[in-house]
Amino acid sequence: MPIIHPTDKKLLQTDNGAGPPTLRVQNLSFSYPDGFQALKNVSLTIAPREKAALVGPNGAGKSTLMLHLNGLLQGSGALEVAGLPVAKPHLPVIRGKVGMVFQNPDDQLFSPTVFDDVAFGPLHMGLPVDEIRERVARALAQVGMDGFEDRLSHHLSLGQKKRVSIATVLSMNPEILVLDEPSAGLDPRARRALINLLRDLPLTMLVSSHDMLMVQELFPRMIVMDEGEIVADGETAVLLQNNDLLEAHGLERPSLA
Amino acid sequence: MHINSFDRYEQRHSLVHHLDPRTKVVVTGLFIIANVLLPDGAWAAFAAAWGLVLLGGWLAQLPPGYLIKRSFIVLPFTLAAVTILFTLPGTAVVTFPLFSRTITISDTGLIRFASIVIRSWLSIQAAIWLTATTQFPDLMHALRHLRAPRLLIAIISFMYRYLFVLANEATRLLRAREARSAAPVGKNGGGSILWRAKVAGSMVGQLFIRSFERSERVYNAMLARGYRGQLLTMNPHVMKKRDWRVLVTAVTLIILVQIIGRL
Ligand SMILES: Nc1ncnc2c1ncn2[C@@H]1O[C@H](COP(=O)(O)OP(=O)(O)OP(=O)(O)O)[C@@H](O)[C@H]1O
Ligand SMILES: [Mg+2]
Repeated sequence: MPIIHPTDKKLLQTDNGAGPPTLRVQNLSFSYPDGFQALKNVSLTIAPREKAALVGPNGAGKSTLMLHLNGLLQGSGALEVAGLPVAKPHLPVIRGKVGMVFQNPDDQLFSPTVFDDVAFGPLHMGLPVDEIRERVARALAQVGMDGFEDRLSHHLSLGQKKRVSIATVLSMNPEILVLDEPSAGLDPRARRALINLLRDLPLTMLVSSHDMLMVQELFPRMIVMDEGEIVADGETAVLLQNNDLLEAHGLERPSLA
Repeated sequence: MHINSFDRYEQRHSLVHHLDPRTKVVVTGLFIIANVLLPDGAWAAFAAAWGLVLLGGWLAQLPPGYLIKRSFIVLPFTLAAVTILFTLPGTAVVTFPLFSRTITISDTGLIRFASIVIRSWLSIQAAIWLTATTQFPDLMHALRHLRAPRLLIAIISFMYRYLFVLANEATRLLRAREARSAAPVGKNGGGSILWRAKVAGSMVGQLFIRSFERSERVYNAMLARGYRGQLLTMNPHVMKKRDWRVLVTAVTLIILVQIIGRL
């Protein structure tokens, strides 16, 4: 693990992106090494700027699907991000385009300080130091965590960790946000701020969530997964009227109290 | 617990903290080598070397006693040298029977053993001084600039990275066990020794698997954010005039200690 300065050479450029960012998944199947088949013939396409929610019961395969989107797991089937097949030679570019936030913030945050964590992405994309600082400041402000730069990541509360986790990918200026249960563990105000943030970000999004209220409010499109398969994919408003579907897959219609 | 449990870095704005990491690595390395080269029983030189350590600690604004307190971990390891006490020929200092044999501690043995303990103790203090004043990525960076073997750097870096994962999981497991180890009112909780041993055994297995999977996920998170086998640092590394001055002064002092030791 040699260590070099970011200015030693340009590592990677993603900001002058080419082509429309889209997600294309075709007949994706995947089994974990222990033989458990977590994805079965999954196909979906997400258009540029589209915001889609990924819902389904625990163990449906949502997280597993997400790990495929930047090549962390590789199953059989075709997968394209922003027109590039997800394969070894394209991975660095794809990982710059896909901002992926993991379900567990303890996996996402591994640096000593909040600043180091948010700077990790831009730093490893080879950006100049001034721009890194600028991006870190902006990303932290976006999630309402400005002023936390020097705090130790592991001493934050769960909700604060979740927000810093999102900042760690916003600082990379991604084109596609892939968030795994971003609102879990947030207090009402932070949840509201997250919803507003996601609404205002002009990015393609695929967000898994058990927070049906947020899904209803934020995502025009809803993809339902269960037991490794996509069982429904359509307009959120329509699918939420389908009681049989919701019941069959352990979902609840959000009720505004 | 987190990566910081192992990070002995102490955030300060001292002269030492602002030195280029290379300067500190070279000074520490030279100090340790010179230390090892000091002849047995060169008490004055040992004292002078300790003076250098104290000077370094003071310049780095480390609290008094900081280096000494942390240096005691090395003492158990010096026990490996304990046989020297009994095996070196010389005038007997102490003789005592042990298992129907007579054991003799010779004066040369005693002097050599004391010297070994002091040398290791001084060297570890220098190493602690280095890690207390230099952040880990900078340290690796310096080693790389100094052309240390890449494989060695890789091994140290990975050890550092996964050590915290391991400690982290251990803390969680212990906490979970604690939370579930309730004692009935008026009785001693905790169960029999056998039961405890069983729990401990299965915890070790758990610990290995959990740490392994966790390190995998952390590594994934790093990959997802553009990590490609090279840790980058934002700290600029330039040898300034100050670095050269410190380097020259330190080398002079180290040579001076050698001269004292050989007078
Ligand atoms: N590393 C692994 N090895 C083996 N099986 C796994 C592994 N990770 C997940 N699985 C299994 O794959 C299935 C899908 O898991 P996944 O984490 O994708 O579910 P999810 O939809 O994200 O659930 P949740 O809503 O609880 O986060 C589950 O049955 C799970 O037990
Ligand atoms: Mg999940």
